[in-house]
Amino acid sequence: MEKRASTLSRYIYTVIVLFVIWLFFVSTLKLQEVLAGLAFSLIIAAFTYPVFTKAGLQNLHPKRVAYAIAYVPYFLWAMIMANLDVAYRVLHPKRPIRPGIVRCRTILKSDTGKLGLANSITLTPGTITLDVRGDDYFIHWIWVQDDVLNAEDEEASIKAASRYITQPFEKFLKVIFG
Amino acid sequence: MIEVLSWIGQALILIGTFFYFLSTLGLIRMPDVYNRMQTSTKSATLGSLGVIIGVGLWAVGKGYSVSWISMTIIIAAFILLTNPISAHVLIKAAYEKGIPLWHGSVVDKYREFLEREEKERDAETQAASQAGTQGENDAGEVRT
Amino acid sequence: MTPMYVYLLLIGIAVVLSMYRVFRGPTAVDRLVAVDIMTTLTVGMMVLYALYYGRMIYLSVALVYAVLAFAGVIAFARYLEGGI
Repeated sequence: MEKRASTLSRYIYTVIVLFVIWLFFVSTLKLQEVLAGLAFSLIIAAFTYPVFTKAGLQNLHPKRVAYAIAYVPYFLWAMIMANLDVAYRVLHPKRPIRPGIVRCRTILKSDTGKLGLANSITLTPGTITLDVRGDDYFIHWIWVQDDVLNAEDEEASIKAASRYITQPFEKFLKVIFG
Repeated sequence: MIEVLSWIGQALILIGTFFYFLSTLGLIRMPDVYNRMQTSTKSATLGSLGVIIGVGLWAVGKGYSVSWISMTIIIAAFILLTNPISAHVLIKAAYEKGIPLWHGSVVDKYREFLEREEKERDAETQAASQAGTQGENDAGEVRT
Repeated sequence: MTPMYVYLLLIGIAVVLSMYRVFRGPTAVDRLVAVDIMTTLTVGMMVLYALYYGRMIYLSVALVYAVLAFAGVIAFARYLEGGI
């Protein structure tokens, strides 16, 4: 369980996020829209901040925001590659699949980071997160690689699977979510 | 100049519909529910991104206001965030319901993990119930 | 507006193809996966319709439909899992 930030910083963080979403939603800078959005953000954040965030304003640290922005094109590229891979498997007449459920481990500590990692895994090459237990992910993989399959013991296979599945994202998510 | 946006938007929509087709094709061709989910969820998500952002660009190219783009970005981000969650819930439901993996599957670490956990829990409850029968107090709190 | 008809037709064909899995699917989860894909396709179609009529307010309809479909799929999946 991670440590919670102070109430005020969590509240302000919730207000900022809600207000930015509102600005995207109305997509105008008229005074009346902005004031209404600000008022409703302040009211709604008062009710929802306990479930909305744990880290508070710490999430808006410039380094984290920069990594989050850099993560978007990286992730989109990985997703396009994943879809071309899926296209190959679907359109190939022999249907080259070798599915299985593997186990791999993450170094992320926070719950939000684990959620982000699980979502990223689900959208990229041939993997869907089946369950998360502590630090371990159980992942349905459409093409289990040889060195995961032929590993001597459990630990070796976990390490091999982690190298393929979780590590490409961890270097970004470790900074973004802590 | 602004017509270029509308051409880019239409190209994105075409790519998106191609991925939509791919997802339904995967839905039809794959042998079991897990592999169907693999192919269909990913392709449908990327296809939606293409179609929805493409519509935003096309609308701006046609001369509508810029707020189309921000609204379409909101819809696309929402789909991008929620589709993997529903895929996760569905695959969990399929596994809990006991739908077997395809016969060509090579490994199932989750089953091994669950069986080991079950065995440990059995051992614990046995030990606890033995302790409960031997000791006099706290026997009521042990659930077997 | 002719390209618009082509895109709508293509997505419509995709929806009909996924209907095959809804009717054939051996298990309930298969059908639910197909329905999930169909809702995603429908959101794309609704966004295209919004552009066809040129009204931005119809985009809100697509957003609300996406929210409700997500909630519905989650609820059905939890029911199948035996969680409710």
